[in-house]
Amino acid sequence: MTETLLSIENLHVQFKIYEGRLSVLNGIQMTVHTGERVGLVGEAGCGKTTSMKCVLKILPSPPGEITAGKILFHGRDILTMGTREMQHIRGSGISMIFQDPTAALNPVFTIGDQLTSVIKYGSRESLSKKEIYARAVGVLREVQLPDPERIFNNYPIQLSGGMRQRVSVAMALATEPELLIADEPTTSLDVTIQDQVLRLLNGLVEQHETSVIFITHSLGVVREMADWVYVMYAGNIIEGARKEELFANPLHPYTHGLMNALPKLTGGGIAEGIPGRIPEYINPPSGCRFHPRCPQAMKQCSESLPPVIHTSDDHDVACFQYGGEDYE
Amino acid sequence: MSSKLLGVDKLQKFFITSQGTVRAVDQVSFSIMEGETLGLVGESGSGKSTVAYTVVGLHSPTSGKITFEDRDISKSVSKRPKELKKSIQIVFQDPGTSLNSRRTIQQILELPLKVHHLGNSRDRKERVVELLERVELPADYMYKSPHSLGGGERQMVAIARALATGPKLIILDEPTSALDVSIQAKIINMLIKFQEEMNLSYLFITHDLSLMRNVATRVAIMYLGKICEVAETSEFFASPIHPYTKMLLSSIPVVSEEEEAMKPAKITSEGEIPSPVNVPPGCGFHTRCTVVAGGICSQEIPEMLEVEPGHFVRCHLYPSPLPVDSIAKE
Repeated sequence: MTETLLSIENLHVQFKIYEGRLSVLNGIQMTVHTGERVGLVGEAGCGKTTSMKCVLKILPSPPGEITAGKILFHGRDILTMGTREMQHIRGSGISMIFQDPTAALNPVFTIGDQLTSVIKYGSRESLSKKEIYARAVGVLREVQLPDPERIFNNYPIQLSGGMRQRVSVAMALATEPELLIADEPTTSLDVTIQDQVLRLLNGLVEQHETSVIFITHSLGVVREMADWVYVMYAGNIIEGARKEELFANPLHPYTHGLMNALPKLTGGGIAEGIPGRIPEYINPPSGCRFHPRCPQAMKQCSESLPPVIHTSDDHDVACFQYGGEDYE
Repeated sequence: MSSKLLGVDKLQKFFITSQGTVRAVDQVSFSIMEGETLGLVGESGSGKSTVAYTVVGLHSPTSGKITFEDRDISKSVSKRPKELKKSIQIVFQDPGTSLNSRRTIQQILELPLKVHHLGNSRDRKERVVELLERVELPADYMYKSPHSLGGGERQMVAIARALATGPKLIILDEPTSALDVSIQAKIINMLIKFQEEMNLSYLFITHDLSLMRNVATRVAIMYLGKICEVAETSEFFASPIHPYTKMLLSSIPVVSEEEEAMKPAKITSEGEIPSPVNVPPGCGFHTRCTVVAGGICSQEIPEMLEVEPGHFVRCHLYPSPLPVDSIAKE
């Protein structure tokens, strides 16, 4: 875990719509090291998926527009790469699992059709037809689908939700990517199936030494899946910490609120949620975007964006409570 | 002390389709006391929503009996007396589709009042304001339309609508599963407050066991159209019995070591819920069960047994003490 694989630097994304410009990402800063599993947690609409779409350069534009920032993969800026070069990165460099396997798979092609084209165009080396078939069946077996030869000829509709998500996992890993982006891969699944898919993913990732960015809204899932966790709120990363450190010692008031709002198996009722709701991006609050909902808001919170405070080697937080008061 | 409000006895609901008969709900029995919350938990396809819809009257039961305050209501909703409809209300999962997007909030909240002839137009308007206040929304929201509200606010409106007629029983069909946790917390706390204030009973349908730990009086687990375990919440979480319950509990992702300790020793989850068109013979769970008691599981449907006072389970492993205690917590 020494080498930096991916680093996102000061990424700003705006969406142009009729009403004006939505400032959806407001300076994202994150790093993924080789072999590391990074979790990205946040509520709906906080920009988790948008930031990852930028990494793969699949952000629909218009309306999306990257207005500033860099995304360095192996030290080279993805944002300045051409289509051809990007094609090489997608697949063998970075691949993605989407939330809804039903939407991610094309209903009119068989699993085999879709899987073989991924392998054919996404692999580093060029393979013969036979090799492609062997690898396709191999990855289907790797994701523990029963009878992979049969599944190869099935259409997505013939599979259950859990099986479809396994196929998506197979597809994402078939090209042996260095970085896997998993975008809420288990949100649409039942809890027992989620458990199976998470275990499978964890096993495969370990075996292939793949680096992972795991997007989720569930703190419980991220605790099982990540070594390092970033918490996002309204287009900003507000806290980043080693997993154990984050759960033992959350610093940002928003992270606190989220953890308290979570119903616990140990009982004891549910704390009041966080007051208010996620701000509109058309006219976001000044300074720290969380300040209108923050119980500990201070004067400077509404005036300037809090800097990222490095409280320890395992913990960064963007909040004025922990320093960075730029008093005049 | 409190009396029985809703009784469901051997309820069956089958749907005839071209693929065969879907046995969505099969021999389900439970009751709800006044002021109680019964959590009905299950995976998708377990039939929990069908139970909810049958109780509220959206489906008529194939067989079995539903009683409300000792009155038989197991007929179709068109034959159900209006005052009973007033007493049983439902909140659906997705407020985006359960609120008519072409109506204003005022029209939405007024409709149940009109249907049940509660007050004249001025009274109704006052009542709408009062309902909005109850769910902590500003009164001027009544001029808005649902799509201009956030997901949490919409669900509050749906709850206000359910409260409009002064019901005794509210069926909550996954009311917070489409919402973020911070909003879920607010809605749940509000629901608990209403329950205390108005002595409401809730049938809470959900797939979230952690949530039920904090909300329910009793928890019932459904699998493939049948209830497989029911118990008081504290008892249920302290000593879960059914192998399926244990599998569910051990699959929950949690955020602390204390919670981790609550989970039964890891029963790894396997397999998927079979199709309710093609229910396996015997115990519906035997295809995924890690402690199958023997041939009997795939042949005979287990009976519901009371293993502890108030703790019912449907499994061939009980009540006879069996050597298969490897599944127990130690």
